[in-house]
Amino acid sequence: MILSSPFVNPSAATSRMMLNVLLALVPGTIAYVWYFGMGLIVNLVFAIAFALLFEAIILWLRKRPLKPYLSDYSAVVTAWLFALCIPMHSPWWLVATGIGFAMLAGKHLYGGLGFNPFNPAMVGYVVLLISFPKEMTTWFQPIPISQDSLGLIDAFAYSLGMLDSAAWDSLTSATPLDLHKTGLSMNLMSSEIRQSPMFGDFGGIGWEWIANWWFIGGLFLLYKRAIRWHIPVAMTAGLLVPATMAYVINPDSVASPAFHLFSGGFLLGAFFIATDPVTASTTHRGRLIYGFFIGFMIFVIRSWGGYPDGVAFAVLLANMCVPLIDYYTQPRVFGVKPPEER
Amino acid sequence: MSANPGLHRFHGGLHLPDHKQESLTRPLEHAGIPDQIILRVNQHIGEENEPQVKVGQRVLKRQVLARSSEFVSAPVHAPTSGIIRAIEKRPVAHASRMSADCFVIEPDGIEEGLEPPSPIGSAHRIDKKDAILRRIREFGIVGLGGAAFPTAAKIETADRYNIKTLIINGAECEPYITCDDILMRSDPLKVLRGIASLQLILQPRETLIGIEDNKQAAIAAMQDALDKLGLDNTRIVVIPTLYPSGGEKQLIRILTGIEVRSGQLSFEVGVFCQNVGTCAAIARAIEENEPLTSRIVTVTGPGVRNPSNWTAKLGTPVSWLIEKAGGYSVDEPMLVMGGPMMGLELESDQIPVVKATNTILVLDKRDQPTVRECVRCGQCTEACPAQLLPQQLYWYSRSRQFDHAEQYHLFDCIECGCCAAVCPSHLPLVQYYRFAKGEIWEQRRKTWKSDQSRRRHEFREARIQKQKALEEERRRQKREELARKKAAESGDQSDTKPPAANQDLVKAALERVKARKKSADEAPRNTTDLTPEQQRQIDEADQRRRQMNKDKQ
Repeated sequence: MILSSPFVNPSAATSRMMLNVLLALVPGTIAYVWYFGMGLIVNLVFAIAFALLFEAIILWLRKRPLKPYLSDYSAVVTAWLFALCIPMHSPWWLVATGIGFAMLAGKHLYGGLGFNPFNPAMVGYVVLLISFPKEMTTWFQPIPISQDSLGLIDAFAYSLGMLDSAAWDSLTSATPLDLHKTGLSMNLMSSEIRQSPMFGDFGGIGWEWIANWWFIGGLFLLYKRAIRWHIPVAMTAGLLVPATMAYVINPDSVASPAFHLFSGGFLLGAFFIATDPVTASTTHRGRLIYGFFIGFMIFVIRSWGGYPDGVAFAVLLANMCVPLIDYYTQPRVFGVKPPEER
Repeated sequence: MSANPGLHRFHGGLHLPDHKQESLTRPLEHAGIPDQIILRVNQHIGEENEPQVKVGQRVLKRQVLARSSEFVSAPVHAPTSGIIRAIEKRPVAHASRMSADCFVIEPDGIEEGLEPPSPIGSAHRIDKKDAILRRIREFGIVGLGGAAFPTAAKIETADRYNIKTLIINGAECEPYITCDDILMRSDPLKVLRGIASLQLILQPRETLIGIEDNKQAAIAAMQDALDKLGLDNTRIVVIPTLYPSGGEKQLIRILTGIEVRSGQLSFEVGVFCQNVGTCAAIARAIEENEPLTSRIVTVTGPGVRNPSNWTAKLGTPVSWLIEKAGGYSVDEPMLVMGGPMMGLELESDQIPVVKATNTILVLDKRDQPTVRECVRCGQCTEACPAQLLPQQLYWYSRSRQFDHAEQYHLFDCIECGCCAAVCPSHLPLVQYYRFAKGEIWEQRRKTWKSDQSRRRHEFREARIQKQKALEEERRRQKREELARKKAAESGDQSDTKPPAANQDLVKAALERVKARKKSADEAPRNTTDLTPEQQRQIDEADQRRRQMNKDKQ
């Protein structure tokens, strides 16, 4: 084989990038377990195991070598993000269905890593959200409120359906975003809704701190140059600009901008999901547009849509626009005048 | 000395470990006469040379061995005296492992040389200018920065423009390479005298010598020499070390802020660029009457025992230089001609040094990193000094959508390798671009050929038509003359000239129309005697052909 220059040692590797993402997810994940218990660990174990299993099967069917593809950690990242999105203590078959759909339809039907237009974790999540609304809205209360949680073994047993779930049903409730949305629809004022013990300083109890840790993980990714600032910043702007405007006009009938920012999957989405390079825009200007669009769509879905949170839908909608955004935001080539000057 | 303020920036670029110190610890030495010299017949970009000597012939040092009469060409001279043992295909440095015509010379070791020509001494600028240009052309000087474009052709082309700024490229931005660095350290005056010759020809308003700030010794030596020599309006500009600041368009941008447009020559914006090594070669040609038969070659890399710089005769096999540098220090060496970013892999160490060889880099043949799929991370875009979208170019090159690749400005790619160096998927991106460029050129050659055939055919048709029309016109005039004569003979009673003249004009016009219609049916006539008119047509056709040839280039 003829080798072509450059002959320098590669400074980066895809697997290294993925490992950095996993590392950045660790603090938020620990906080998640701290506030919500062992259910997340069970989710993670099932999601990662099924993701690797499905990927291996699909690679075998596609007659591709297993090792280079399995060792790029992309399946682990997808599984991890997926596990963070679904409710904890989800039954094992729900996890398997979602992650299976993510790997097959979200990733390999398009040709595998690098070819998928949609974020696979979000594809899996949205499929579950639409297909299994009951299971997908059964959230456990954060430990500071319920004062009780399942141990690790019980959590596995719960997921496998070997525990009498009725005994624990009293611990489930809607998410703060859901509560807020329902409250507003019952003509309660925002300030009244927030009297509920589920709410903390900005977002929900527990939720807001987990969001903080996603933010810190995101800073780590920025520092490691695994992601660039454009998408998180633009996405935050896309959410906060309309949210602030709405809040200034009518503070009682809308959620506060801070509540928007620290609730649901926003910060996780801004730093870990929307920034997935494969499915995001690749130009700097394009990333600003892409990020702003996602932030804005989250505001729209949360305010008027049928779902309490909107990160997954917003990301998938933006994924669809990426080819268009990329086409119209090409940077000016050195020595080539922009079209309007020609 | 730190980088000058007021410099301009180009997009992207990379801070690479420069690995220059290794080869700078030893002084510059002559590599001597190798056992065998393998001298490429063509060592420049442009028209092909014709060998001027025969197998078995004894040649003297400085003797012209191959030349071409075309404008864009540079002759090749014997680097030493000896016997031509063969003129045959030998493996040379080429991206597709090509063989090319080479003189195989067995040196006799006595370095018997041709009588050098008389030195250039005329005081008059115009005469001196012509003499210098002729000397540069006849002494086979090409750009020694790596492109090997014939210097005389470049200067003569540039001389048609108003050159305001002369830029001397001493950036040497690629890692490992130190041949320009050591040249500037060891013989700065020669570089400057070469610059003086360029100044004499091009009369620039200012001269900027760009050197990267990781070459402090070279900067100091050049500054000293400049103070001594005192060239007018000449400055040394220290630029920050950032690969590829030595790329022509990048250096022009850094030093002047001018962005040379895509497809534009730097001359058109009043800038002329030349590498420091070329300047020294010009000075040698003028002052020492030495044609370009040797150059400084850096032999370096982790795979060679004593990294060092050598003045090597052109045609010296790589193995000879490796030997001089202490031999290989690794079991499986990988040879590269040029730097690590843009160099060519060599298939063996029997490949010879050519005019463009700045470096022999010996790397350790290592495991190639796993190539994965592009994840569109965009790091290539951030590194690209041409502000391209390398990953889009990659997709389109890979899927053979070459028209799209061109729309994304494939041909503005300078193949600097920054994108591939940062790619986390370790894609050999530049290889894809080279492939795409090659395919597009091939396509263009084909289109050009068919276009030419079509144009030839169309012109032939038109010429036949014109011929017929002319014949018809001549016949008509003859008929009219006859008619007029007849009329005159039959008696000239009526003398109504003005209306008759009018009628004649109308008639003539009608005749012409008829003739044109009729001529379409008539067979063409062969012309045996060439009238001046026909000669003129032939000349015109020749000129068109030449124009077409020019279009092709």
